[in-house]
Order: sequence, then C-alpha cells, then structure tokens
Amino acid sequence: MAQGVLVFAEVAEGGLTALAREMLGAGRRLADALGEPLMTAVLGSGVQEAAQEAVYHGADSVYVADAPALGHYETLPYSAVMAQIAEQTTPNILLIGMGDTGRELGPRLAFRLRTGLASDCVELTINPQTKVMEATRPVSGGNAMATVVIEHTRPQMATVRGKTMEPAARDTSRQGTIVPVTVQLEASPAAVTLVERVKAEAAGVRLEDAEIVISGGRGLKGPDDFHAVLSPCAKVLGAAVGASRAAVDEGWVPSPMQVGLTGKIVSPKLYVACAISGAAQHMAGCGYSKTIVAVNRDPDAPIYQRANIGVVGDYKRVIPAFQKKCEELLK
Amino acid sequence: MDIIVTLKQVPDPEAPKESFRIDDTAMKILNPANVDPVINGFDENAIEAALQMREAVGGKVVAISMGEEGATRALKQALAMGVDEGVLLHDAAFANADATSTAYVLAEAIKKIGTYQLILCGRQASDWDQAQVPSGIAEFLGLPSVTAVQKVEVQGDMFRVQRLLEDGYEVLDVRPPCLVTISNEANKPRYPTLKGIMAAGKKKIPVWNTAELGVDPAHVGNAGARTKVTRLYIPRFEGKCEFIEGETPEEMGEKLALRLRELKII
Repeated sequence: MAQGVLVFAEVAEGGLTALAREMLGAGRRLADALGEPLMTAVLGSGVQEAAQEAVYHGADSVYVADAPALGHYETLPYSAVMAQIAEQTTPNILLIGMGDTGRELGPRLAFRLRTGLASDCVELTINPQTKVMEATRPVSGGNAMATVVIEHTRPQMATVRGKTMEPAARDTSRQGTIVPVTVQLEASPAAVTLVERVKAEAAGVRLEDAEIVISGGRGLKGPDDFHAVLSPCAKVLGAAVGASRAAVDEGWVPSPMQVGLTGKIVSPKLYVACAISGAAQHMAGCGYSKTIVAVNRDPDAPIYQRANIGVVGDYKRVIPAFQKKCEELLK
Repeated sequence: MDIIVTLKQVPDPEAPKESFRIDDTAMKILNPANVDPVINGFDENAIEAALQMREAVGGKVVAISMGEEGATRALKQALAMGVDEGVLLHDAAFANADATSTAYVLAEAIKKIGTYQLILCGRQASDWDQAQVPSGIAEFLGLPSVTAVQKVEVQGDMFRVQRLLEDGYEVLDVRPPCLVTISNEANKPRYPTLKGIMAAGKKKIPVWNTAELGVDPAHVGNAGARTKVTRLYIPRFEGKCEFIEGETPEEMGEKLALRLRELKII
C-alpha cells in the first residue's frame, strides 16, 4: 500500500534550493497530518551534502541518486530516476516544486507513473475524513481557483508554486536515513543534449531575492521609463525592477523581468506596481507580496482591489517625488 | 518537414474581467456571453513557429484539436493562418476529459497521422493553466520533449531549441521525432489574410471519433481521467485599499514614502 510523502528536492550549486526547502516544509506538514514518514529524493552530481541538508530540513529518509549524468537537469534521465525511486518507495503523495526543473519533470513523471497531477498548486491539505490530498490551484490566470483530488491512482502528485509554502526550519539535531540509489541509465545516445546555458544580464538585484520590487506595465508605453523612472527609484530602495507580461510582449524589457503566471513569482515585503492594470495573470506573480502599492491613473483599475496602498496619479510624477522623499528618509 | 500542431479552443482571455464565468456545479470554465471562443494564445505561437519552420525548410503542417464540434472554428482559423490540414477529434465520450485522457486521444490521433518529425504545442492552455497535456503526449508516444521554448530551428539532423529558464535560457539539441512546447516569447502570431480565410473556408475538416481513432473507451473523457475537480470558485478579495490623498501627484509620491516609513516597510 502506498505510504508516505516523497518530495523531490531540487539542488543548485551543491545545496538545496529555496524551493526545495519549501517543498520539505509542505511535505513535512502533510506527512504529519497523515502520520506517515517524509521521504526526499535528491538527484545530481556531488549532492551528498544536500542530502544531509534534507535530513536537517525534516526528511526521515533521503534517496540519493548521485551520478555525473545527473549533473544538470534533463527530462528523460531525471524522469527515469524519479520513477525508479517512486517505484521503490511507493509514496502516497509526491511533491515537486514548480521551478525550471519541476515544471517539466512533474507532468512527464506523472504520466510515467500513470497517476494524476495537480499542477502549480498554492495550497495543499489533507481531507480529515478521506485522508485524500486536496490540492488548490489558480486557473484561468488566477481568475478562479480549483481544488483537485487524485482519487484512485498513487502517488497523488502535485507541483507547487514557489513562495506559497512555509519553508522547513533547519535543525542539525535531526536524524534520518540516507539511502543511495543505483542509477541505471540507458547507454544509447541521449535524445536531448545541452549545448549551453545563457544567463540573462541581471542588472542590480535579482527579482526573486529582492525585498522590494518596483514593476512597470503597459502604461509605461515604451522601454524608456524603465530606465529613466523605475531604475533610479529602485536603486535608492535597493529594489529589483520587474515588468508585466504586456511590457515583455511589446519587447520593451527582456522576459526574465516578467512577473506573473508565466514569469517569476515574487513575494517581497513591498511591491510597487506602476501603470499596471492588475490582470489576474500578473497578480498570480505578485499576489503574495506583503504590501502591494499601486500607482495608476485609472481609479477603477482592478489592481486597487488587490493593493494595500493606492496612489491615483501619473507614475511619471509620483515616482520621482516618492524617490526623492525616500532618499531623505533613508539618509 | 512534417509538423503536427495541437490546438485548444478556449474562452477569450481578453474578454472583460467582469464577463468571466464558471459553472461551480459542473466544474467548468464557461465562455463569456457574446464573446466568441478563441485559439489558446500559446497555441497560436505554436502555429506561428510551425509556419515559420515550413517557410524555412518546406513541408506540411497539420493541426489537430480535441473538443466539441464548435472547435472546428479554431481549426478553421489555423487553416486561415496557413496550416495545411486540420482534424477535429470529437466524440461525446471525450467530454469531461482531464490532462491524461486528453493526452491519450491526441497521442492516438498523432499515431494515426503517422508521419511527423516535430510536434508543436502551446506551453499551456489559458483556461486551466495545467501545462500537462504536451508532456503526456510525449510520454504516450515515447518521444523526447522540451517545454516552454522561445526558439526552435533545424540544426543538421537535430532541432536546436531555446528553453526558457528563470534566469535566461538553455540551448538544447533534440533528436527528432520530438515534441516542443512554445512560449509567447517565441513570436508574434500572424493574422489570417483574406486569401487565407477564403482558402480555409473551402477546406474540409475531418472529424475522428472513438471508432475512427481506435481508442479504448475506458481511457477517454471522464472514464480515463485521473484527476477530479471537487471545487471551483472565484476568489474574492477584500479590496481594503488605503488611498494616499494629495493635491498633486508629487505630493502623493512624498506622502507615500512617509506612509511606508510609518508602517516600517522602508
């Protein structure tokens, strides 16, 4: 019988990613609600330390597939190894974070395991009567929410949106078992080969790490004000600059700056949205910010339904004055 | 080059927000009143990528869609954009499918078409935002797949693709036949020309059902679904926005800074 919660813990540069720690947090809570163990899968090359970290972050057992062939993510080998671990551990629930790896691995693995998947979930609970996982996810770009269950097949799989789950706390007194997994990959030439990774030029603070984000939308009417108005203000505040999908689609700013459903999910302490109407698509990316400030000339813009603080006015005049005052205050 | 594109007809996401409707009993996202459904936006990017590839290296583009009879509309539009053939996969038994049973029917249709080097899909559908069906098709067909791609081109006997990452992209060479999902960064879909619309009007769109596809009725529609939606609702936000007052935008800007300071946010 399927038992336990298995979490795929993504590794970057030898350590657990923030998303992996969030998955361990979510997995631990589900496991405790069921009274079942938390298992973790760690895949990569040189990942022994990350495996130990998974124990410190709440895993009862960690299945480690450490092989040079797993040094960077590729769908087919990762799906094969994860399927092997899932078949060995027969989990009741399997969670994967919705990062670069998880968004591709999750669906492929679900089909490989012939089970169902709730994708891009923001809330996971156990039904107290049925003990089935109820996974809630935004649909239609966040215009609606759907709760999904996987009734008959196991594991019940979910990919989980970043920044929506409380990360597991690190406790070095925690004990857990580390189980090495023998990796057997096909010897045939790979169907997919990595040529290169190209990092977008990140000017200033990384969006996903920033405590403050200042974003521009369609109302900026061109690329210029991202540099002329938003960036100087961001510099004063130590903030990152983001954009709505409209600004990216128009080619004003590169896609890694996009905040939204198909862009980045951010949850800074302060999110300042300039000339952004507040489409559900965009709010999916910034709705978890602690404080949202909206600056828009249209008092009926939907963003005011989600904003904590609103300024009805032209960002071209509001932001420079705001910046100047901030400079004074932060001196 | 033989390319297959998968399409989904969806409620128009550009429709006014107030017109967004759901059926919270049947667990369906409804089409807004008086707004025609459209081709899923990311699928239009996939069509455009297919047409650009055909223009570069020659070949044929076939579009397939599983849906109600009304989905012929989306296929007609694809034909008008320049796709060579369209096939509708329709059967009453296909209703209430989830990602699994949808991917199964599409994969069986692709098997029936037989000849292809590349399958292009949109990265996700704007109604349910699952991004599962393409990976499912690839898994059913045993093909390599790459998702959320901003560029695809022929490179020798491989496809060279750029897969979007949070901090940039990676360049991958993929062996055909394979499946690639296209993101909105890839291109701007063309509008159908008048000539295209006229030509599309004359083309017949065959409809393949359970019998024609030879699919197992136990694996289609609701019968083949592995996930079930138990609740569908429109989230309500409290709308407790505190507005900063002021005579001029400059004054409001300054007051905003002071207020954020007061709240210890900056």
